[in-house]
Amino acid sequence: MSPKKSRKKKTTQKRAKGKVKEKKVKEKVEEIIAKVREPELLVDNVLKKIPEDIPVKLREIVREKLTRIVVEEKITAIDVLEELLSKFVDKARKVIELSEPAKDVMPEKIYDELVTTLFDKGIELDINEDEMIKIRDDVIRTYMESLVEPGEPVGTVAAQSIGEPGTQMTLRTFHYAGVRELNVTLGLPRLIELVDARRAPETPMMEIHLSEEYKYDREKAVEVARKIEMTKLENVVESVDIDLIALQLIIRLDPDMLSDKGLTRDDIIKALSKSKTLAGRIKQDPEDPYVIIIDLPKGYDVIKAQKFRDRILKTKLKGIKDIKKVIPQKRRDPETGKEYYVLITDGSNLGAVLKVEGVDPTKTKTNSIHEIENVLGIEAAREALIREIMNTLKEQGLDVDIRHVMLVADIMTWSGTVRQVGRHGVAGEKPSVLARAAFEVTVKHLFDASARGEVDYIKGVTENVIIGQLAPVGTAMVVLEMNPTKLKIQPQVKGEWGGDR
Amino acid sequence: MSEQKLIGGIKFGILSPDMIRKMSATAIVTSEVYDENGLPVEGGVMDPRLGVIEPGQKCATCGNTLARCPGHFGHLELARPVIHIGFVRHIYDLLRATCRRCGRLKIPDEEIDRYLDLYNRLKDKWPQLASSLTDFVKRKAIKAMECPHCGEKQFKIRLEKPTTFIEEGPLGRLWPTKVREWLERIPDRDLRVLGYDPEFARPEWMVITVLPVPPIAVRPSILLETGIRSEDDLTHKLVDIIRTNEKLRESINSGAPEVIVEDLWELLQYHITTYIDNEVPGVPPAKRRSGMPLRTLAQRLKGKEGRFRGNLSGKRVDFSARTVISPDPNLSINEVGVPIEVAMILTVPERVTPWNIDELRKYVLNGPYRYPGANYIIDNTGRRIDLRFIKDLKAIAESLKPGYIVERHLINGDIVLFNRQPSLHRMSIMAHIVRVLPGRTFRLHLAVCPPYNADFDGDEMNLHVPQTIEARAEAKILLLVQEHILSPRYGGPIIGGIQDYSSGAYLLSSKVTLLTKDQVSDLLASINYSGEIPEPAVLSPIKAWSGKQIISLLLPEDFNFSKEAKISSGNLKCTDEECFWDSYLVVKRGKLLLGVLDKAAIGAQQPESLLHFLVREYGTSFGKEFMDKAFKLFLRFIEMRGFTMSIVDIMIPEEAYKEIEEVIVKVRKEIEHLIQLYKEGKLEPTPGRTLRESLEIKILEVLSRARDEAGERATKYLDPFNNVFIMAKTGARGSTLNITQMAAMLGQQSVRGQRIHRGYRGRTLPHFKRGDIGPEARGFVSGSFVKGLSPIEMFFHAAGGREGLVDTAVRTSQSGYMQRRLINALQDLRVEYDGTVRSVYGHLIQFRYGEDGIDPKNTSFGKAVNVERIIEKHVGWRK
Repeated sequence: MSPKKSRKKKTTQKRAKGKVKEKKVKEKVEEIIAKVREPELLVDNVLKKIPEDIPVKLREIVREKLTRIVVEEKITAIDVLEELLSKFVDKARKVIELSEPAKDVMPEKIYDELVTTLFDKGIELDINEDEMIKIRDDVIRTYMESLVEPGEPVGTVAAQSIGEPGTQMTLRTFHYAGVRELNVTLGLPRLIELVDARRAPETPMMEIHLSEEYKYDREKAVEVARKIEMTKLENVVESVDIDLIALQLIIRLDPDMLSDKGLTRDDIIKALSKSKTLAGRIKQDPEDPYVIIIDLPKGYDVIKAQKFRDRILKTKLKGIKDIKKVIPQKRRDPETGKEYYVLITDGSNLGAVLKVEGVDPTKTKTNSIHEIENVLGIEAAREALIREIMNTLKEQGLDVDIRHVMLVADIMTWSGTVRQVGRHGVAGEKPSVLARAAFEVTVKHLFDASARGEVDYIKGVTENVIIGQLAPVGTAMVVLEMNPTKLKIQPQVKGEWGGDR
Repeated sequence: MSEQKLIGGIKFGILSPDMIRKMSATAIVTSEVYDENGLPVEGGVMDPRLGVIEPGQKCATCGNTLARCPGHFGHLELARPVIHIGFVRHIYDLLRATCRRCGRLKIPDEEIDRYLDLYNRLKDKWPQLASSLTDFVKRKAIKAMECPHCGEKQFKIRLEKPTTFIEEGPLGRLWPTKVREWLERIPDRDLRVLGYDPEFARPEWMVITVLPVPPIAVRPSILLETGIRSEDDLTHKLVDIIRTNEKLRESINSGAPEVIVEDLWELLQYHITTYIDNEVPGVPPAKRRSGMPLRTLAQRLKGKEGRFRGNLSGKRVDFSARTVISPDPNLSINEVGVPIEVAMILTVPERVTPWNIDELRKYVLNGPYRYPGANYIIDNTGRRIDLRFIKDLKAIAESLKPGYIVERHLINGDIVLFNRQPSLHRMSIMAHIVRVLPGRTFRLHLAVCPPYNADFDGDEMNLHVPQTIEARAEAKILLLVQEHILSPRYGGPIIGGIQDYSSGAYLLSSKVTLLTKDQVSDLLASINYSGEIPEPAVLSPIKAWSGKQIISLLLPEDFNFSKEAKISSGNLKCTDEECFWDSYLVVKRGKLLLGVLDKAAIGAQQPESLLHFLVREYGTSFGKEFMDKAFKLFLRFIEMRGFTMSIVDIMIPEEAYKEIEEVIVKVRKEIEHLIQLYKEGKLEPTPGRTLRESLEIKILEVLSRARDEAGERATKYLDPFNNVFIMAKTGARGSTLNITQMAAMLGQQSVRGQRIHRGYRGRTLPHFKRGDIGPEARGFVSGSFVKGLSPIEMFFHAAGGREGLVDTAVRTSQSGYMQRRLINALQDLRVEYDGTVRSVYGHLIQFRYGEDGIDPKNTSFGKAVNVERIIEKHVGWRK
């Protein structure tokens, strides 16, 4: 708020203090007036008269404008508004008519933007027809000029655009990711990890969204969290004693942790009984409701008993494998302003989490590309790659156009599986022997190629550089479409040139 | 010029013994290299028939001289065959996959037919699948323990690294002779299923019986100053091989016991193995007398400096220069200042025509030692005349005829390529126009520092002179600096104002700047302005012009623009035209009406800025013109006004120190309290963290708050319009953090995101008590750069600074490797005429580049068409 306005408010408040009564009456009157002439109702009434041929998007703008006029300028006379409306409709028709030539040349998205903004600003700035034509032509021209040129080495440009800012990135691996409790790999290590298509990320993490039913209530969110979080016996144990004389393992459970995880002693005994080695050895202490006694096999000495204990403590009681921790986080929907909960997890297991009741499978995310590929398929993996790379770069404050990232994601996924950028993936599977030899493991590639009797057709960039010819990208892609061998007079090929093949 | 041919492809294969003998110029029969006269022995490894090595000699084989003789192979007949180390894996697989008696692939005939058919269909279109198929077939055959063709029982075969094969059956150790016999039995058809090409790579050729001896040109001997001849590593190794081979043959012929023969045989195997690859695991590398391992065949190819990466993918070039760079704001951004010394060595070949003959004669007349001259002439017959050795330059200048080529010195207006390593993106090599200058450094405009990432603390740069007209044309059209103002990485300019340009622009465009007529004339003269001076903004008491008026002279008349300035933040924030602080930039119809120019308007790497739209809408030539002029103007003004930073700009009064002290005391109390809580175990832990970690997090929070607060308190005593603040606010250099650190306090120093905690046992330095975890003991620096640091503080600051240095060093290597891999994976992609993205091998990668076919370079921050901007451009003056 500008300083002027706030001062005004203060003075009015001061005055109001003296004349409280008067103000109250005034307020009430205003309230009644406002109710009678509720701007939305009023505008809706006027808008009923809008002709059918005006597209929805423009109607929205008309509504917005009328509402503003009603609210800010306090114009409430229906006939004035209707007059305005007809002016708007005229303008809208004009805009649509004038934009027509743009429709076929450019994508719908840009065309829509042209129509809506032209209409919006057209009213605001009172743009006349000549100017509209100029703007429309300029939009078309700008669009046509911004198309890529054939031959553009987009791959190299993309690689440079992602690689160059790498030098500006931080190496510090850890950073808080929204939640204080979790560390997440970010910056250059994360970027390398993504491009390497590692099986599992260094710090796997999920963002689990909940279904409508569970979303808004903390209790319910925690309920889902409990189902997901992997709980091992060691998490709920207070102490474990080895009684070597009686050959017993005495496990004392922690009541607080039990209730926190929503477990009972019976649950634990049940989970432990699943193991064959333990079946029949588990007893409950009749006196203490939080003690479990397990008989050790005969002949166990201290070392064996300790190993046995450690193994038992690792028993999974409930939850999903690999999910070490689940943290509910409160968020606010930017549109509705409603608060809701999401679950952030340490560890990732997309396949299993999506099956849990209460999880919204359409919004739940993981940072493990490999899991996404397995569970949702290659297109999802591509999207995830794009998203993760973009986020990593953005988090570091680096601007990289999404098209470059898309190209990297596409080259990694176009074969149907996620391949790493490097020796064991994209670069290692090139058809050209020389290109592979020039990258890494030179000698092996040469030996294998000769055993296989491979042929290098010198198509790629590296091969042509090696041979000393022009690489077929950019201006060197332009080639004479004529077969000199079919001519009667054989022309002598002279001078520096490269290209045709 | 001779006829040129294109290479359609390169076929790889294995040389057969017959082939080796056929291509050999001579058999090598003796281990002797030179006779007592120092002449190469015939039949030795330096046999003259293997090619000429000395200039003037004629080759005994082809009759050519050094320049034209390619060298010739010889051959060595081995007494016993040996395994080729490079093919051990293949031999091993083949031995296991085929029958020990009949040599057939251990898979029934009908299956072989099926796989072969499948393989042939996959081979060309899906090489990856074909290789998995052969892999599968191979594994299946290896599993079979009985031959389906002859019914022979099979035995397991073991490979004892590196080259020994052992059958766990009646045959026992498989000596190379046995291996060779076995491999000979495998029929061609069966090999094809396994992915081999028997026409060019019969498996028995993987066992060496005849060793090709490479030409001398491949392994030249060098004459040391002492007159002693030093042979190449390969020659040494070859001599070893021949010697062992001789011994082996002798002992076989003399009927020596089998053990001795076998020992020699293995020695021969060792020598040939290391001759091919001297880094085989399990084989001791062959060494020179000095103990250095020999650089044999595989080592020559491998690695960064190997043949592939060092000589084939990257080559050394002529017509290049390298020297230190220094700045010159008087150049155009398109230009590069070249020292005269350099210009007299680098040359441009120019063909003589009736139109340029007079000019070229002048160059020739000047000769190689007077600038501008010429170094060489090439006449119609292709003869090259070196002007250094010409006495009578006049005569030679007269003899110039159309069709000759004159290699003249570099002159103003020539186009050259300019480069700074590391060449991380395409803007690292751009074309500049030569401006020959006195001095010994390359000069460049400051606005092109960001794309090269150059500064002038001793940086050096390279310069290359394109030698053909095609190359020069391409350089001028595609590579010229002005064509790279806009970066393809994001839609925005990468070339633009830096540092003093931002402060200068701010000061000139500031509201308070009023210029007298003299000053206006001075400014406009500096940019060679020849138009009219506008009406003065102030008429009385004296005529005065505002800085905005002067800047407006450079803007196109129909230009409309409005945007927040960089200084619009904090209490100077403005978001529309009604701005008291002048922090909202408004240009209407080419007149700068409101707001100041600063980094957000003219800076490099600022998308959607004034500069960006000027370049985008009025073209790169205009952009270049604008930058040349406007930037010169800003500098001229900053020179007139004077701009410096002195210690008083960051000096704060005594009471400010008191306030800072208060902050420190407060914070210390807070932390004491936290530590107290921690010791009593009452500290609320952050979930998922230990108590200690929670404490550290909390302390760090408090301390960083302390620094900010101290900074705030200190800076309020400083003049908010002093030069340091101007620099920070306009984005020219430095930030408020830097000012805080100079004036108020450095704050907490950290290593790996934690307070400094390592050093002695339980303490960082011996000045503290063990277990002290208070702020000072863990790297909290309350001193400022103005006040100075105590020795302890200085140590902590150095520790934090060191981390930064290490970090940078590690990062460059990591990101460099990542970029190399990215480039390698993506370099073969291009946009086709139909708008798709395909690799040159024919793989379709995208149906439409970036899903919309838009070049990011031509976008405004990713958007192809910014409709709002276009509307503003046309009718923005109405607002």
